[in-house]
Amino acid sequence: MIGVMSYLVFFATTASILAIAVLGLNLQWGNTGLFNGGVVAFFGAGAYGTLILGGTSQEGHLGGFGVIYPLALLGGMAAAGLMAWIVGLLTLRLRHDYLAIATFGVAVAFENLMRNAEWLAGGAKGVRGFERPLRAALGDGFLYNILFFLVVLAILIATYLFLERLVASPFGRLLRAIREDEEAAQSLGKSPAKVRLTAFVTGSVILGLAGGLYGTFYAFVSPQDVLPTLTFQIWAMLIVGGAGNNRGAIFGAFLIWGAWTASGWALSRFAPIEAQLYTGSVQFVLIGSVIVGMLMWRPEGLLPERLVVSQRGSTPSNKQGE
Amino acid sequence: MPETVLEAHGVTAGYVPGLPILHDVSMGAQAGQITLIIGPNGAGKSTLIKAIAGLVPVGSGKITFESQDITGLATDQMSTRGISYVPQTDNIFRSLTIRQNLDLALRRAKSDAPARLAQLLEQFPALAAKQRDRAATLSGGQRQFLAIAMALATAPRLILMDEPSAGLSPKATQDVLEHARSLTEQGVAILLVEQNVNQALHLADHCFILAEGRNQIDGPAKDLLNDKVVGEIYLGGRRVQTT
Repeated sequence: MIGVMSYLVFFATTASILAIAVLGLNLQWGNTGLFNGGVVAFFGAGAYGTLILGGTSQEGHLGGFGVIYPLALLGGMAAAGLMAWIVGLLTLRLRHDYLAIATFGVAVAFENLMRNAEWLAGGAKGVRGFERPLRAALGDGFLYNILFFLVVLAILIATYLFLERLVASPFGRLLRAIREDEEAAQSLGKSPAKVRLTAFVTGSVILGLAGGLYGTFYAFVSPQDVLPTLTFQIWAMLIVGGAGNNRGAIFGAFLIWGAWTASGWALSRFAPIEAQLYTGSVQFVLIGSVIVGMLMWRPEGLLPERLVVSQRGSTPSNKQGE
Repeated sequence: MPETVLEAHGVTAGYVPGLPILHDVSMGAQAGQITLIIGPNGAGKSTLIKAIAGLVPVGSGKITFESQDITGLATDQMSTRGISYVPQTDNIFRSLTIRQNLDLALRRAKSDAPARLAQLLEQFPALAAKQRDRAATLSGGQRQFLAIAMALATAPRLILMDEPSAGLSPKATQDVLEHARSLTEQGVAILLVEQNVNQALHLADHCFILAEGRNQIDGPAKDLLNDKVVGEIYLGGRRVQTT
């Protein structure tokens, strides 16, 4: 029983971390229309940044700053934000597919940098020597994992509430306006370039937060954690859940992560031995099929974007008379 | 003599560097008047209005508004100078409610926003009744009214309107153009690009005809309305009807 519980906590923690990442992508794509094809780079910047800042001294690569955990996590988010700001300045003039290609290139470059620059982050061996916060007091067992899950859950809820407020604010309306038509927004005196950059950086900071939590959970990060596969998984979660809807983003994260782990389990259990070598590949085909299927038959996702009405519809003069 | 607020001198402009669509185009627009730009397809009418609005790069020439040089000024800076631009299509935000569209346009009005909103809703009663509806639910004519209401939010002194009748029925077109006419009574200058030549010429004060990206003829709209040669050569061979 404890084994099942442990697994459920492990599953829920990973899904919650991914849900935070999907919320970040939802701000960029769902609300602003920015096609970020390099999600994993910003996720990775958060993970690497947190572990390099918060880890103990390790020979052969940068790190060992021993920064206290909350500051290390904030540092990871800042690293993701800084990278997004630089990438955004260079690429946000591009539209849709071009932006996707450019950001995908950034993610591939990031992975290659992490894999090859040993002095920076340990190369293929990854960043080691990170102590999970409060491990000495709580140990490595079930208690630690459930407390960590609760912390992640609290952060997920806080991120959700923050984004819900943002979407309902005038700035949120401006994001949707720019997503729909930049020219019309410009004609009203809005600067799409600034707004797009703000949304891109904010979404990437949230991706960095998810990456930082992911790195913390596993106490390790390597180039294998920043492969393009993760970008596609996070995109699949958003497309299935419903772009433009924060609840949809969270729902999609749990659903797709559930399907991913369940398919892995089912294939390992029921597929012929000789076919099990290809389990990973089959899972990628399944994820790809889900994305294509949803885009064809239900492009708005399972929980479509909702109309956000943040004010009453009466005229100002009527209000005065009320 | 009405004051000339907008002047373009020798404007050469195009979407791609080295491939101009407009060649040495000059024109002007007066306060309290509708200035109409017409011409056959591909004449450069929309390019001209977009060049004035800062959406198309100007290669050479000069554009001034109230004697200030606005050549190449970014579109999002136009509203601070008193200029509003109403794009031809996609000029409203369909996923937002009508009220949210107006709020967005009114953000720059700051403390004056409530009063301006009340004014706009009074001016456009059809929108007032549907404030909480998504803009996507509006009819074509109502969408144009919303786009015009949004353009008016910043109390502009010049409105650039790019084919407001695109996709509208004749009745809706007439309503929109008549509303544009009523705006000039408040001293607003309107630069109008229109395909519905007949209706537009009846309402406009002055007209510039472009063809192949160059000035051809200009003059009082009423004179051009009665000019058979103009009708045949520049207006698709169609003789416009006079009332």
